[in-house]
Amino acid sequence: MDNITHANLVSASDIYPEQISMGRMVWRRFRRHRGAVLGAIILTIIIVSCLLAPLSPYDPEKSDLTSALQPPSWQHPFGTDPLGRDMLTRVLYGGRISLFVGFMVVIITLLIGIPMGAIAGFLGGWVDEVLMRVIDASLALPTLMILILLSAIMREIEIPFLQRNNVMTIAFVIGILSWMTIARLVRAIFLTLREMEYVSASRALGASDFRIIVSEILPNGFGPIIVAATLGIGWAIMEESGLSFLGFGIQPPTPSWGNLLNSAQEHLVKHPWLAIFPGLMIFFTIISVNYIGDGLRDALDPYKLLKQIDEV
Amino acid sequence: MLFLLSLILFMLINIVPGGPLAGYGRTRRINPDKVEQLKRQFGLDKPMAVQYVVWLAGNDWMRVDADGDGVTESYGQRRGILRGDFGFSYRNRQPVIQEIRERLWNTIYLMSITLFVVALVAIPIGIISAIKQYSLFDFTATTLSFMGQAIPEFWLGMILLLVFYAWLDNPMTGDSLLPSGGMYTLGADPTIFDRVKHLILPVTMGMVGWVAWYSRFLRSSMLGVIHQDYIRTARAKGQKENIVMLKHALKNALIPLVTLFALDFPYIFTGSIYVELIFSWPGMGRLFYDSAVHRDYPVMMGILIISACLIIICNLAADVAYSYLDPRVRYD
Repeated sequence: MDNITHANLVSASDIYPEQISMGRMVWRRFRRHRGAVLGAIILTIIIVSCLLAPLSPYDPEKSDLTSALQPPSWQHPFGTDPLGRDMLTRVLYGGRISLFVGFMVVIITLLIGIPMGAIAGFLGGWVDEVLMRVIDASLALPTLMILILLSAIMREIEIPFLQRNNVMTIAFVIGILSWMTIARLVRAIFLTLREMEYVSASRALGASDFRIIVSEILPNGFGPIIVAATLGIGWAIMEESGLSFLGFGIQPPTPSWGNLLNSAQEHLVKHPWLAIFPGLMIFFTIISVNYIGDGLRDALDPYKLLKQIDEV
Repeated sequence: MLFLLSLILFMLINIVPGGPLAGYGRTRRINPDKVEQLKRQFGLDKPMAVQYVVWLAGNDWMRVDADGDGVTESYGQRRGILRGDFGFSYRNRQPVIQEIRERLWNTIYLMSITLFVVALVAIPIGIISAIKQYSLFDFTATTLSFMGQAIPEFWLGMILLLVFYAWLDNPMTGDSLLPSGGMYTLGADPTIFDRVKHLILPVTMGMVGWVAWYSRFLRSSMLGVIHQDYIRTARAKGQKENIVMLKHALKNALIPLVTLFALDFPYIFTGSIYVELIFSWPGMGRLFYDSAVHRDYPVMMGILIISACLIIICNLAADVAYSYLDPRVRYD
């Protein structure tokens, strides 16, 4: 009798685990990763301040020679450049460009990489063989050198649809040269997942290939793709700033973190603030993105699919 | 694979102003009247497939129209990229291959030392953070490695210059603590000490990213191995912990690292662009950069082709090394 009353007191929530949505579950696991949360906060601050750049009292491109090369002060927290432009304003405007390129590149790599990888992994056979060879050959190209070469060519001749010194062009060219890693990852995900029982079940129910790819495999392989895409943003920002640093990316007067560093080179010894702040911005952005990626890996990929895939 | 790559490179060459024969033209802006003649002279009137073969293997085995009058009378001069003929540099009319050869050794000199230091630093860090997982050391190493991977290499170089060249002085002489660039002091006797002084900054700059990445990789590879059965067996035999770790665990944990290294190896050439630019090091990366600034396409294409070949050779080496070190792996 005592036992029964006791059993009656047990509420439903003790027996059934609390029902939570996928998003909530991911958020909980993500929150546990301190670095990732900190990264998300820093990245948000950077993005928001870059978006709010037009609120700055200074103009990013208009020169004011009376206040040239001032060290950091309350008026100009990051100092001013040789043309008297406020560095903080320029760094924020540069951030808009660099972040935009970063996101754009990843969107382009996803747009090319996912279909390529999906087709190769799902169809297999000679299609896979051919696509993999193309991917291998493209991976063997030294990206930075090709980027420099293309940029040099574009200064001399017109290539249809690609305008020189257009931010989109830079993003497009970097994207074209970096979709291979995503394609490989997606292929590996497909190779792993297409043998799953729910895929066979779906096929037995008469689902078409397209339906299986889009509504069975892709949603389940979503986690690793998101993680890779996040890390890809950091990589793309690094690549763009490197290219602009060498003088082959975004051209002044449009500021980007990379070309701000490029123009800081000759003033390095006497006016170091020109070099320090843009570099710090790149550093904080990339480290935040990497930590977020790490946190997302823990949150989205609890079964360590990524790890298994590395071994495929 | 090599064939595909050569096709891609050939296509790239064709969009380069001047086309595949860019390195053979005497002037870059050609008089329009002579275009037809020059085209015949350089074989550009031939079908793409023939041009490709000529680019690859040269034309000294076939009769060509050397003076462009429409009659093929003599054997060609070119030997094709397969035999190291990359044409001539626009800037100083030297054969591209010679230009590259002069610079290649400087890059190899810098990079081999960098890689040596990377291994020296990264391997112990990786081992200790794996053995003492979640310790203070591991935490510090992990954080530093995240930072090392996020620092833009070129910015790090600038900061190093700022600190060690501009800010810090040598207390004995009052000069800068470390030189700002070059391989040795010009005009002075190149002593070992002088060379080392010139190496410190470039090597530090080049190494940070690699150390961060390799120590992290070795850590996770070690962690994977430590929980294997054969490690437990070795311990059960009463083997000393140090020997278990260094002999049994490390040996197996290094296998994927060797593969990774072989795959990453060629990127030291690409990556060397930043180091060589910032520290004015006369190597291949610097040569590529200068050629790009001066639109010296033949030199750029030469370096690209050599780098791409290096990458493929290293890919192959990685496969071979992997199946040699891990006999379980079989390639069909």
